[in-house]
Amino acid sequence: MLSVKDIQLSFGGVKALSGVSVHAAAGKITSVIGPNGAGKTSLFNVISGFYAPQSGRVILDGDDISALKPHARAYRGMARTFQNIALFHGMTVLDNVKLGAHTNLRSGVLSAGLRLPLTRREEHALDLQLQREIIGTLELDHVQHQPVEDLPYGLQKRVELARALVMRPKILLLDEPVAGMNRDEKREMSRFVTGVRNSWNTTVLLIEHDMSMVMEISDHVVVLSFGKPIASGTPDEVRSNPDVIKAYLGAVDEPAASAA
Amino acid sequence: MDALAQFAEYSIVGIAAGGIYALIALGIIVIFKSSRTFNFAMGEMMMLSAYFFYAAAVTFALGPVIGMIVALAGSVAIALLIERVAIRPMLGRPLIAVVMVTFGIGSIIRGIVGMIWGPNERPIPAILSRSPVLLGDIFIPGKTARALAIAVVIVVALLAYLRFSRAGVALRAAAADAITAYSMGINVRRIIAFTWVIAAITGCISGVLMANVNTLTPHLGVVALNVLAVVILGGMNSIGGVLIAGFIIGWLEAVTGLVAGTEFREITPYILVLLVLLVRPTGLFGTKEVERI
Amino acid sequence: MADQMVSSRSGIGSHKTSPSWIPTFLFVGVMLALPVVAPRYWIYFAGLLGINIIATHGLNIMMGFTGLLSLGHAAFVGVGAYTVALAQIHLGLPFWIAIPLAGVSAALIGVFFGLPSLRIRGLYLVIATLAAQFILNFIFVHWQSVTNGDVGLTVQPATVFGFPLNTETRVYYLILGVVVFMTWFGANVIRSRVGRAFIAIRERDLTAQVLGIEMVRYKLIAFALGSFYAGIAGGLLAYFNQFVNPEQFGILLSVFFLSAVIVGGMGSTLGAILGAAFMTVVPEILREGALLGGSAVGFDMSTILTPLRETVFGLLMVTFLILEPRGLARLWTRASKDSRSA
Repeated sequence: MLSVKDIQLSFGGVKALSGVSVHAAAGKITSVIGPNGAGKTSLFNVISGFYAPQSGRVILDGDDISALKPHARAYRGMARTFQNIALFHGMTVLDNVKLGAHTNLRSGVLSAGLRLPLTRREEHALDLQLQREIIGTLELDHVQHQPVEDLPYGLQKRVELARALVMRPKILLLDEPVAGMNRDEKREMSRFVTGVRNSWNTTVLLIEHDMSMVMEISDHVVVLSFGKPIASGTPDEVRSNPDVIKAYLGAVDEPAASAA
Repeated sequence: MDALAQFAEYSIVGIAAGGIYALIALGIIVIFKSSRTFNFAMGEMMMLSAYFFYAAAVTFALGPVIGMIVALAGSVAIALLIERVAIRPMLGRPLIAVVMVTFGIGSIIRGIVGMIWGPNERPIPAILSRSPVLLGDIFIPGKTARALAIAVVIVVALLAYLRFSRAGVALRAAAADAITAYSMGINVRRIIAFTWVIAAITGCISGVLMANVNTLTPHLGVVALNVLAVVILGGMNSIGGVLIAGFIIGWLEAVTGLVAGTEFREITPYILVLLVLLVRPTGLFGTKEVERI
Repeated sequence: MADQMVSSRSGIGSHKTSPSWIPTFLFVGVMLALPVVAPRYWIYFAGLLGINIIATHGLNIMMGFTGLLSLGHAAFVGVGAYTVALAQIHLGLPFWIAIPLAGVSAALIGVFFGLPSLRIRGLYLVIATLAAQFILNFIFVHWQSVTNGDVGLTVQPATVFGFPLNTETRVYYLILGVVVFMTWFGANVIRSRVGRAFIAIRERDLTAQVLGIEMVRYKLIAFALGSFYAGIAGGLLAYFNQFVNPEQFGILLSVFFLSAVIVGGMGSTLGAILGAAFMTVVPEILREGALLGGSAVGFDMSTILTPLRETVFGLLMVTFLILEPRGLARLWTRASKDSRSA
């Protein structure tokens, strides 16, 4: 579904990504891992279109989108969450989630201001879609009318996920979806992510530090270190790869230990 | 030959005004660099200083020298008051909110000056000699020439101070990266207050100079908005570019007045602002900031 | 951070917090009946208030909802006023064409000034709007052949099928109708896709882009829409005052509208109304107070009215920004919540 080919990215004199290629297969969960500073978020920013790489291409569902601006990529079916929650304060949970549907709606100023049938129909359909598919599934019923800034961290992350899912994206980019969560919250989030893949066949590409989650839910894993890819394969293959172990020396969350 | 001489004379007067603009712009940039606050009240602060000078030198008949000292002290006091009471509470608030506060403060000062001193002109004791300066064949009005000289001297002195003194280095450090500067023991809050003091001083000197070259009216504050063009043309984070930008703007303003008529003088800076924004928003010497996402 | 500036409980989008219609209808009903019971001066005042509300809505859309600060709003109001005057004088257009035309021309000129800076950092837009304020004012004063300079232009009252709206009451009803419509229109925009996009841009523009919102486009729409409102207000003002001159549209008026948005509460439709109401009353109070105080002391206070206004407007702006950034709207919703739970 999404192919990132041979990305070279530098800022001034700093080389952030050297020849990174990642392939996220359709309907599968692909994880990008690596120690801090490995370039994972930079990679996401290239995929989103915020950074223009010196060379390399980004291909979504067969189309080369490398030249597209970030907002245009949303129209191609790309959705993303952010490491430090990027919800909009001053709006309720429901309004935040509705923003996810921006690319699917068409109402403009005139239609909205005069409350023309187009707007009324769209908003109504959106409300239905949200209640039926998103709010219940992600268990946000009880908080949907609250301002987002009042919610606990774990719930906010879920709202962000909900917002990303509304557009029924072709590819879902999750930037550290379980960062800062406790064990129960992590399990819940994993459940939601795998649920999304199973029910809607959404392609997921995620960045994470939490090894247990990564190993548990990923179909495919790519490891970056200092901007270079050093391994890729199934979780088991990657886990036993000596280069990966070396890169993570002392920093890895042993899956066996954390399950205890 | 006459037209050429006139052109030269207008040019030089323009450049002189530009020197004063540069001084005012410096006050804005120094604050902006250290705290990202664009002080829209700079013109009004400058005008207030000029009125302090008037009050001390004329109303209380203390003479120009004491008047200047009083004006400086008053300006610094006001600047510190503004920083403490209105700016510091806004730390961490979005930039447009802080900008609005400075704009509101400008309005307050404008109103207070208008209420106390009224809309009419006030005579200012001439602190600059009126004897014209001869440059080859050209007569340069004495006040203007001396004002320019003073302005340039102060700008250069200030630049040197900021470049080489401890306080100046600390300021530039805080401007570049406040958090690191803080962790290295630099009292960033005091630096910010310090920048307001610098702005007060440059504002005071330029205000008195400007009132000497023109006249003292409440309109002085608005005239100083020409400085916006200087700030943008010079580049908002370039202290050095200010002088050159000031000269350019001042010169363009004077020459436009010569060519298109005096009424167009006042509008030139604003048109220049729009042009610069269109063509090169970072100005001549500013740096484009890389946004870290 | 930015959330401190915005009332999060005032009818943005979701049905539960939508403006409840009963109090609104009641209020409109009262306003309709006003001329029957109120003295002439009140009706005049209400008309002025209506105009201020429209202009404040416009600035609120730009500033409160989208985060675009404009220091030149008064100049765009002026554009609307002059458009109406010129449309009547040179083209003989009736008010129901001239007023929308006023809105459109203000929107176009707003876009002209805003466009260069909408692509770059917000601060540049602020400066551009200030430049717009001074340049437009300059044009109003110096383009003598068109604007008649400082003397200004006279405007004949609007006519409805030959029936002139030349009393306070008649003009008031026109204004009331426009205010109700514009408020309804604005509230609808805010609770729709476009409105949500505005707020997203204000809060986090990078995330907004990721959601498919093209920044420059939507900022332009917000700025044009806000200026449109300013133009409509200006057009109505021309018929209200029956004259147009440059002095009406100086920087003091821009500060007035800024204060209205801030005092009312940014990003709140109710806030815009409350703020406009508050600010419209303030100059009247100041004038009465100054005259009273002046006569008591035997002093002619009329010369200090304008600087006094400047001071008070600025003071209100700064005080509310520092102490209660959510403005009167917040106090209002808090009070109504308390009374409900009582």
